[in-house]
Amino acid sequence: MKQGPSRRTPLFHIAKRDRMRPAAAWGVRVGAFVLALLLNALFVWCVVRVDPLTFYRTMLRGAFGSSSYLWATFKATAKLLCIAVALAPAFKMRFWNIGAEGQVLIGGMAAAFVMYHYTSLPTPVLFLLMIVCSLLAGGIWGLIPAFFKAKLNTNETLFTLMMNYIATQIVLYFYNEWRGIRSALGMLNSSTKVGWFSSLWGGTSDGSLLQNEDFWFIVIVAVLTVLMYFYLRSTKHGYEIAVVGESGNTARYAGIHVNKVLLRTMILSGAICGFCGFLTVSSQSHTISSEMAGGYGFTAIIVAWLSKFNTFTMAGVALLIVALEKGAALMSNTYGTLGFSAPAADVMVGVMLLVVIGSEFFIQYRVMRSHAGKEAETV
Amino acid sequence: MIWTNILGWVQQAVPFAAFLALAALGELLTEKAGSLNLGTPGTMCVGASAGFITVYSYCNAVEEPSVVLILLISLGSSFLAATLLGLLYSFFTVSLRINQNVVGLVLTIFGCGLAEFLSYYFVKSESGNVRCEAAFRVFTAKIPFLSEKLGWFSELFFRYGFMLYVTIAAVILLSLFFYHTRAGLHLRAVGENPGTADAAGISVTKYRYLASSLGAGLVGMAGLFCVMEFKSGAWSTADVYTLEAFGWLAVALVIFALWKPLNLLWGSLIFGFCYWAYVYLPQLLGVTVSTDLMRMLPYVITILVLILVNLRRHKGDQGPAALGLSYFREER
Repeated sequence: MKQGPSRRTPLFHIAKRDRMRPAAAWGVRVGAFVLALLLNALFVWCVVRVDPLTFYRTMLRGAFGSSSYLWATFKATAKLLCIAVALAPAFKMRFWNIGAEGQVLIGGMAAAFVMYHYTSLPTPVLFLLMIVCSLLAGGIWGLIPAFFKAKLNTNETLFTLMMNYIATQIVLYFYNEWRGIRSALGMLNSSTKVGWFSSLWGGTSDGSLLQNEDFWFIVIVAVLTVLMYFYLRSTKHGYEIAVVGESGNTARYAGIHVNKVLLRTMILSGAICGFCGFLTVSSQSHTISSEMAGGYGFTAIIVAWLSKFNTFTMAGVALLIVALEKGAALMSNTYGTLGFSAPAADVMVGVMLLVVIGSEFFIQYRVMRSHAGKEAETV
Repeated sequence: MIWTNILGWVQQAVPFAAFLALAALGELLTEKAGSLNLGTPGTMCVGASAGFITVYSYCNAVEEPSVVLILLISLGSSFLAATLLGLLYSFFTVSLRINQNVVGLVLTIFGCGLAEFLSYYFVKSESGNVRCEAAFRVFTAKIPFLSEKLGWFSELFFRYGFMLYVTIAAVILLSLFFYHTRAGLHLRAVGENPGTADAAGISVTKYRYLASSLGAGLVGMAGLFCVMEFKSGAWSTADVYTLEAFGWLAVALVIFALWKPLNLLWGSLIFGFCYWAYVYLPQLLGVTVSTDLMRMLPYVITILVLILVNLRRHKGDQGPAALGLSYFREER
């Protein structure tokens, strides 16, 4: 290591941009999206020899092609978006909450526990109790790592990650307890529909929007998205979160109690995740399983990161990812026998995410050709 | 009776500990250079499926598969496939400077999907297991003399396949590398303070690329090891979920071992005993324990370790100081 400075100058060098114009930044992202679509088309062509046009048409049909496909897409989008919205304040504070998966699970578990054990409660009281318990459970799941981060500066990425699996095992424990000797748990209260959204309008639906469980799921998440946008943008709390995220020292200097903000924000983040668990149990799955969050706890992290904490952007990104998933699901239904199996959806989402997050580099940095002669002197 | 139970417990826990330790060793190598690769579960799945698919195809293609080729093909392809994922990780986090958590999680989604997809595509078994008997026999072959002639000593220490001993050797070698070689010192410097390391003329880029790639390779081999040992040489696409969980357990084990390779040896054993406790505790102590709650234990004790380490504030117990942070020279 003592050869002295290298005489070689690299072919390129990289400099941080001051700030890319938003329009240009979106141009880069759209470009990356198109590139990812092309790569996926290539992947599909290699596997099943389906030409790109048919592929895109099938994808679009799978995501938006009929009313049942549309409902499935929007419902899944709402779920992904709900978790991403929950993560927004934590990420804006630069707190890496990797524990959304566990917070959703434990929230759903709490809601399911109430609806399984207190079937005789009047419906409004029962729902109130379910909501409160899921908020509390998720909030506590978020608070524990935040507390130790505030007191002892433990690594929150690792801590929240571990909390996921504790939640998973708790859910599995109750699943197996309630299942007893049956082969699967099935839906909870499937005859009485206690604790189901549909019990709010008497268990049977007349087919209208107002008596559609999915519709209310989507509406509630939409409201949450708007609320979170303004919470982060125009409230004192939102401002404090932003300052803490930018620099803990600045926040302290400005008289902000960093630890208080940290704890409060993580309770909020965990509680919304827990609420998502309640929504899932009450209006979607009507049961518990360790797959309740379905990996969306992790996908939502990427959604939140890509959207730079803007909850409306999150809606768009979440829709894109879910549309890709649903489209790929139809692809695998159609071409499954040729080897295009269901997991191909994950591969396609993975390719898409890799290309799109890779494009962030070109938004943050500028790559320039080095001019060998000049560069050597200035370095 | 008690002896048989304890023996059974040990004989189950040790191989479990071994593949977990190997995966954790890979992740530890990565983390020592300051990269927190959350793509470990995905890498493990990809390594396992690549290794299994190739060796399965090979064993089906020839009449008399040779032992050497089985080893070369299976371990080689799992190492290679996983290393490619590691390279991808390095490219995104080091060259493109994208956040490590984000890249790692995407690689886990991508890797698990890819592993499942490849298994469907090449092994073509939608229902149930596919087994590769020849490879299984190679991986679980016992050492001839030591495994039989020494009574209880053999039973406890030599009833395992060769990968266990390879893993122990790898752990010791890496420990020597970290603490007794110049390159190891440089690697740790990059993980502790990349800025200072860079100023001292150590290439942060080179060390992070190498550590992440080779680390991922080890993780991939651990995936194959798990298939051969834990799944007895059988593979089904549902195993991707099992492997994913073990991948996270390996990430936990690195923390539990306080980022020191030698601690992996006993740390992984504790995890192994916890994992199998649901079978043996009831028979040994007469208490029934829930499988699911027992399997929670490794994560709980890892959290406790994380808390205790920060309570003690002892410098040597902490993880690499720059863990999880991208390095960009111009940003200092």
